[in-house]
Amino acid sequence: MSTTAAPVARAAGPAVGARGASPARGRRRGSRGNRPRGHGTRTLLGAVAVAVALVWAFPVYWMVNSALLSNVQLQSLTPTFTPFGGSLDNFTAVISGSSFLTALRVSLLVSLVTVAAALVLAFLSALAISRFRFRGRKSFIVAVLVVQMLPAEGLFIAQYKLVGSLNLLNTVLGVSIIYIAAVVPFTIWMLRGFVAGVPIELEEAAMVDGLGRTQAFLRITLPLLAPGLVASGVYAFLQAWNEFTVALVLMQTADMQTLPIWLRTFLQSSAARETDWGQVMAASTLIAVPVIVFFLLVQSRMTSGLVAGAVKG
Amino acid sequence: MPALTRAAPPPPPQTRRRRRRTVVPYALVAGAVAILVLAMGYPLGWQVVTSLKEFGLEQQFGQPAEFVGLRNYAALATDGYLWTVVARSVAFCLVNAGLTLAVGIGIALLMNAVGRFPRLVLQISMLLAWAMPVVAAMTVWRWLFDWRRGVVNWLLDAAGLHGFSGHNWLERPASFFLVATIIVVWMSVPFVAFSVYAGLTQVSEEVLEAAQLDGASARQQLTGIILPMIRPVLSIVLLLQLIWDLRVFAQIKMLQDAGSTPSETNLLGTYIYQLGTGSSDFGMSSAVSIFVLVLTVALSSFYIAALLREEET
Repeated sequence: MSTTAAPVARAAGPAVGARGASPARGRRRGSRGNRPRGHGTRTLLGAVAVAVALVWAFPVYWMVNSALLSNVQLQSLTPTFTPFGGSLDNFTAVISGSSFLTALRVSLLVSLVTVAAALVLAFLSALAISRFRFRGRKSFIVAVLVVQMLPAEGLFIAQYKLVGSLNLLNTVLGVSIIYIAAVVPFTIWMLRGFVAGVPIELEEAAMVDGLGRTQAFLRITLPLLAPGLVASGVYAFLQAWNEFTVALVLMQTADMQTLPIWLRTFLQSSAARETDWGQVMAASTLIAVPVIVFFLLVQSRMTSGLVAGAVKG
Repeated sequence: MPALTRAAPPPPPQTRRRRRRTVVPYALVAGAVAILVLAMGYPLGWQVVTSLKEFGLEQQFGQPAEFVGLRNYAALATDGYLWTVVARSVAFCLVNAGLTLAVGIGIALLMNAVGRFPRLVLQISMLLAWAMPVVAAMTVWRWLFDWRRGVVNWLLDAAGLHGFSGHNWLERPASFFLVATIIVVWMSVPFVAFSVYAGLTQVSEEVLEAAQLDGASARQQLTGIILPMIRPVLSIVLLLQLIWDLRVFAQIKMLQDAGSTPSETNLLGTYIYQLGTGSSDFGMSSAVSIFVLVLTVALSSFYIAALLREEET
C-alpha cells in the first residue's frame, strides 16, 4: 500500500535511522552550537538556517494564505502574499458543500476502525514477542519486517480482487482490512519496545501484594504502556487518514471516498472549469491540519518509541 | 531458554505450565498473523500465480485465464517500453535519493552548528513539511507551479526571467520530472535531516575538541570524524530513500492528473496502475508488480539482515 507502506517505513525511519547512534541515550541538550566558532560565522549560519526554514515552510504557508484569500485576489496576476483582509469564506464553502462531510465521515470511520483493530492486534503480538520465547518467534519477527517493505503498487490489484471477492468494495470494512494489515507490522515493532520497557517484576510485586494477574496487569502494566499505545494509535490514525493508493482503487463511488480521494476528485472536477484554488487550498488545509497537530504532538514520542523498539528485545 | 521469569503465584503443575508456555504466545499473535496472511500474504500469492497466466479478450468475458508459464515475463523482458520505464524509475530514484541525502545532511549540519533559536525555527519548518499529507502537499505544489497564477512563475518573471510567465511546467517530461524532484526532495528531506541530526548529537564533543587541538580543519573534522561516525545512520537512511523513491506513486499520479502525457512520464508505480486498471491485463501487470517487489526486497535485504543480526544478540 504505497502511501501507507511508504510512511510505514518512513515513520519507522527516525528510529531506525538513528538507531545506530541510539540518540535516546546520552543526548546532550544545549551543548550543541556552543563549539568555539567565530561570532560572525555563527550569526551568518543562523541567518542561513532561518532563510532555509522560511523557504521550506513556504508551501505550507502558501496553502493557508491562499485558503484565506478571495477569488478576486487569487485571480490577480500579482500574487497576494499576506492573508490580511482575507476571510473564511472558502472554508465555509467547502464544508457546506455536501461531499466534504461525507468524505470526512468515511475517513474518520476508516481511521478509527484501523486504529482500534491495529492497536488490539499489535498489542497482543507485542506481548507475545517480548514476553515469550516460542517456536516461530523469529520467523514472525522477520515476517513483520518484510511486510513493511512490500510496495503497495505491487499488491493492489490482488487486494482489489480479494476485497471484491469478499464483496467489500466501497465499504469501510474493505479498505480497513488492507490498512490494518499495512499498519500492524509497524505498530507491533513500536509497541514491543514499550512492553519490553515495563519490567515484569512490577506486575509480580503487585501480585504478591494480593492483586490477581488480570488486576495487576490492568492497574500496573497498562498505565505504563499508555504512552506507547497513544503514540502507535496516532501513527495508525495518520496512516489511514493520509493513504492514497489503496483508497483510490477500493473506494470508487462518490459517497465512499476518503478525504485524499475526495480532494483529488474535487481538484479534477474544478479543473474542468476554472480551478477554484481558494476552495482547493481550504480543503487541503482542512485535511492537513489534524495531521500536523497530531504529528507535532507525538513526533518525539514516536521517535523514542521507535528507538526503544529497535534496542529492546 | 525460559525467558520468562513469569512465576505464577502457586507453582503450577508442570503440565499446565508447559501448555501455557506453548499455547499462549500463539494465541496472542493469531490475530495479527490472520490479517497479514489475508491482506498481504494471499494477495502476494495471487499476484505470483496471476503473473503466470494470460489475460486476453476472452477473460474479460469470463473465460478462466490459462497458465502460460513465464511467457509474461519473457514478453516484459523484450518490451522496450518497460525498460524505458525501469530506466526512468531508477534514474529518478537515484537522483532523488542522492539529492535528498545531500540536502538533508546539509540541513542537519546546519541544525547542529547554529544557536538555539535558528535551530528551533528550522526544526519547526521541517516538521511542517514532514507532516503534510501527500495529497495536500501535491495540491499546494500544483498551485505553486500553476502556469498562469502560480507564484513560481511570478517570482521568476519578477526576477527578470520573463520567459517564465505563462510557462507550463508539466507539459514536457524534463520539466515535469524537475517539478516532481523538487516536491519529492522537499517532502523527504525532513526525515533525513532529523535522523542525521540525531546521529550528530552522538558525536563526541571531546573527540572533536581533541582533533581541533591537533590542528584539524573544519573540513577534516567533517570527513575524518563526523561522517564516519554517523555512517550507520547514513547508510540506513540512504537505503530507505532508495526504496521509497523507487516506488513513488501518489506524487507522479497527481502531477499526471494535472496535465502531462502519462506515457512519457510513467514510473513503475503509475505504469502498474495503468496496466492493472486501464487495460485489465492482470497477467502483465502482476508480472511487473513481482518485478518491482523483487527489486525492492533485493534492495532491503541488507537492512533486514542487519536488523536480524541485532535480534540475535
